[in-house]
Amino acid sequence: MAAFKNAKQLADHRKKVVASRPENRKAIAVCAGTGCKAFGSYKLLDAFKKELKKRKLDRKVELRATGCHGFCERGPLVLFFPEGMLYQRVQVKDVEEIVKQTVVKEKVIDRLLYQDPTTGKKHKKEEDIPFYKHQARLVLKNNGLIDPTSIDDYIRIGGYNSLVKALGMGPEKVLKEVKAAKLRGRGGAGFPAGIKWETCRNTESDKRYVICNADEGDPGAFMDRSVLEGNPHSVVEGMLIGAYAIGADEGYVYVRQEYPLAVERLEIALDAARKQGLLGKNILGSGFGFDIHINRGGGAFVCGEESALIASIEGHRGVPKRRPPYPAVCGLWGKPTNINNVETWANVPPIIDRGAKWFASIGTQGSTGTKIFSLVGKVNNTGLVEVPMGMTLREIVFDIGGGIPGGKKFKAVQTGGPSGGCLPEKKLDVPVDFDTLLREGAMMGSGGMIVMDEDTCMVDLAKYFLRFLKFESCGNCTSCRDGLMRLHELLVDIAAGRGTEATIDLVEELAQVVRDTSLCALGSTAANPVLSTLRYFRDEYEAHVLKKRCPAGVCKELITFRIDPKTCNGCTLCRVRCPQEAVVGKKGQVHKIIQKKCIKCGICKDVCNQDAVIVE
Amino acid sequence: MSTAIAKQAHAVLKNHPRDEPSALVNVLHDIQDEFRYLPEEALRLASEHLQISTAQVFGVASFFKGFHLKPRGEHICTVCMGTACHVRGAPRLLEQAERDLGISSGQTTPDLQFTIEEVNCVGACALGPLVIVDGEYNGNMTPHRLTKLVNKIQKKKGK
Ligand SMILES: Cc1cc2nc3c(=O)[nH]c(=O)nc-3n(C[C@H](O)[C@H](O)[C@H](O)COP(=O)(O)O)c2cc1C
Repeated sequence: MAAFKNAKQLADHRKKVVASRPENRKAIAVCAGTGCKAFGSYKLLDAFKKELKKRKLDRKVELRATGCHGFCERGPLVLFFPEGMLYQRVQVKDVEEIVKQTVVKEKVIDRLLYQDPTTGKKHKKEEDIPFYKHQARLVLKNNGLIDPTSIDDYIRIGGYNSLVKALGMGPEKVLKEVKAAKLRGRGGAGFPAGIKWETCRNTESDKRYVICNADEGDPGAFMDRSVLEGNPHSVVEGMLIGAYAIGADEGYVYVRQEYPLAVERLEIALDAARKQGLLGKNILGSGFGFDIHINRGGGAFVCGEESALIASIEGHRGVPKRRPPYPAVCGLWGKPTNINNVETWANVPPIIDRGAKWFASIGTQGSTGTKIFSLVGKVNNTGLVEVPMGMTLREIVFDIGGGIPGGKKFKAVQTGGPSGGCLPEKKLDVPVDFDTLLREGAMMGSGGMIVMDEDTCMVDLAKYFLRFLKFESCGNCTSCRDGLMRLHELLVDIAAGRGTEATIDLVEELAQVVRDTSLCALGSTAANPVLSTLRYFRDEYEAHVLKKRCPAGVCKELITFRIDPKTCNGCTLCRVRCPQEAVVGKKGQVHKIIQKKCIKCGICKDVCNQDAVIVE
Repeated sequence: MSTAIAKQAHAVLKNHPRDEPSALVNVLHDIQDEFRYLPEEALRLASEHLQISTAQVFGVASFFKGFHLKPRGEHICTVCMGTACHVRGAPRLLEQAERDLGISSGQTTPDLQFTIEEVNCVGACALGPLVIVDGEYNGNMTPHRLTKLVNKIQKKKGK
C-alpha cells in the first residue's frame, strides 16, 4: 500500500476498510495484554486459529488479538462480536466447544459467563457487567476492539481523522482547543497541557521536541502500558497533533524496559505509520513533518521525572536538574521540549475530534475528562478502570471493584504511588480529582490505586515505600539520599518493636526535612506515605512502639505462629512443608510449633486445610 | 586483536548509528540481551562506537537497576516487588527463593545456574504475587509452588 498523499486518500482508504468488514461480521477478540498473556492467551489464540481452520470458518470469522480489556482478574478474556458477549477465564480445552456451540450454533456456554459474586447474577454482555457498567471509557474504549498491530483497524474506527481535522484548523486553533478543554497532565502533577504547549511554542528556537513519558515507574500501576500495548496509534496521533500545534518536528517515546510488549507494539505502529505517510516529511501533503524515536529506560524510577528523563535520552545518568528553566523552555539538547504522559497524549485525538466543550463537560470543573486507574491489591475485580473525574473512592472500590475479597474489612486506599498517600474508610466518599486528593493528603499521581484490607499493616506499607525510594534516590541531594536511608532505618526499628514514641517524633521531623530540602519531587514527596499513614493510622504506629504488637499480623518480629489444638487434625502437612523442621507432632495428633526454630515464613498457614494456624 | 566478546559486541554495535549518545541505553540493552550482562570489553567498544567517554558509559550502566556488570545465571528468577504484589505477600516469596537457592537477592549461584532479582513492578498486578522465571510469568505464587518450580528446573539440569 502506498503512502497517503493527502487527506482524501486516507478517507478513501478508510471507506474501503469499512466496506471490507461489515458491522455484523462475526469476530472473536482474544485479549493479548500482558495480564491475559500471562494467563495463557497466546495459546488460546493458536487454539482458536486451528479450530476455525479445521471447521473452514477462518474466512468467515475474524480472529483478533486485541489490547488489554482491563478486567485482568478474570483473564484470559474473549469477546464475541457483533454481540459484545464476554467469556472469562477461558482455557484451551474450552475452545472446541466454543467454536462448535457459540460461534456456529450461537449458543451461550453458561459456565464461561461472568458471574457477579455479590448478586450471583450472570452477565452475557461485557457492557452489563458491573465492572464495566460504571466506567466511562474514553481512552480505553477501543482497546478491546482493535488489533493494535493493524493500522487499518485503527483507521477503520476513525483513526487519524483528528490529525486531518487538526491540520485543517491550523496550530493556533488546535492549541486553543486543548486549552479550552482544560486537559491536565495525567502523569502526576496535573499541570494544564495547553499552557505547557503554549510556553513551548512561544519559546524562540529553530528546533523543538515533544516527548511521551512512558516510564510508568509507580509500582502497581499499568495504565500507560495498556494504552501503548492496546492502542499505540492513539498515542502516536496525539503526539502528531501536539507536535503540529507546538511546532516540533521530532519526538521521543521513553518506555520503561520492563514493558517489552509495549515497545514491540509501538515499533510496529511507528513502522506502519511511516509506510502510510502519517509520519515523516510532508504528512498528508500539509507541509508538516514529524517522526518519533523510541528510547528504552533502564529500570530507574527517577527517570520518570522529566529532567532526569531528558538527561537519560541524552545518554547521561538520570539525575534531575534544577527547574526553572522548565523543559518547555530549555529541554532536550537545550531546545524547547514539551513532555507529556502517555494518557495525556491519548486524550488529545478525542478532544480534537469532539471538541473542547464536550471534553470539559466530563468530570469536574477543575479536573476535566476521565482518568484511568489501576485498581489492584485486596480487591475483587483487579484491573484497569476508567472513570469520569470526581467519582467517589467508594464507587470505584466497591461498585466497580466489587469490594474486598474473602469477606475481609476494608482498611485504606493508597493513591499516587510512592509520592502519594493513604486514605482511610472515613474518606471513602471524597471525589477523586486532582485537587481534592491533594487536600486530603494523598494525590492523583499517575493513577495507581492500591486497596488494602485489615491484613495490611500500615507501618509495613510505609516501610515498603521508603525502601523503594531509598533505592531509587539518584543520590544527588544529601537530604534525599541519606534522609531516606535513615527514615527507612527508623521504620525498620518501629516494625521490629525497637521503636519508642520518640522514634515516631523523629520520623515526623526528618520526613519534613527531606520534603523541604530535596531538589526534585522524588525527595520532596517521599515523606508522603509516612506522613499520611501517621495522619490516619497513628494508632497502628503506637501499637508497634507501645504494645510491641502488629495489629495486622504482618511485622515478623512482633508476631508468633501457633497451632490451635482444637482445630488441628494432625494431617502432617505443615510438618512436612516447614522449611525449618520447626513443627512437631505425630500423624493424627495435634501438632506444635517450636518457636525457637520458627522463622515466620508462614508456609504452615498457607498449607493448612483446617485453618488451624493462628498468627498473634 | 579480536576476542569472542569483541566479535559479538561488534555485531550488536553494527545496528546502531555511530557518534549518537542518545542511543546509549538502547545499545546497553542490546549488549545485555547478547551476553546476559555487560562485559567490560563490550562497554569499551560501545564507548568508542558512540564517541562517549568510558566514564559516562560506566556511569550510565551502573546507574540503572536493569543493567548488570557481572555475569548472571542461566536461569533468572525475578520476584515482582510492586505494591500490589507486596500487599499480597511478595516479600515471603523473595525469602523463599533466597532460602531455596542459598543466595541473597541480586546474587548468582556459584555454578552460574540461578540469579535472584527483584523488579519494582511489571504491571501484571491482577496476577500478584508474581514471580518471573526465565521470562515466564507465574501468577498467584505461593512459597511452596515457587520451591517446586525451582526444583523442577534444577532437576531438568541434572539429567
Ligand atoms: C520521581 C518522579 C517520577 C515520575 N514518574 C513519572 C512517570 O513514570 N510517568 C509520567 O508520566 N510522569 C512521571 N513523573 C512526572 C513528570 O516529571 C512530568 O510531570 C510528566 O511527565 C508531565 O506529563 P503530564 O503533564 O502529561 O503529566 C514523575 C515525576 C517524579 C518527580
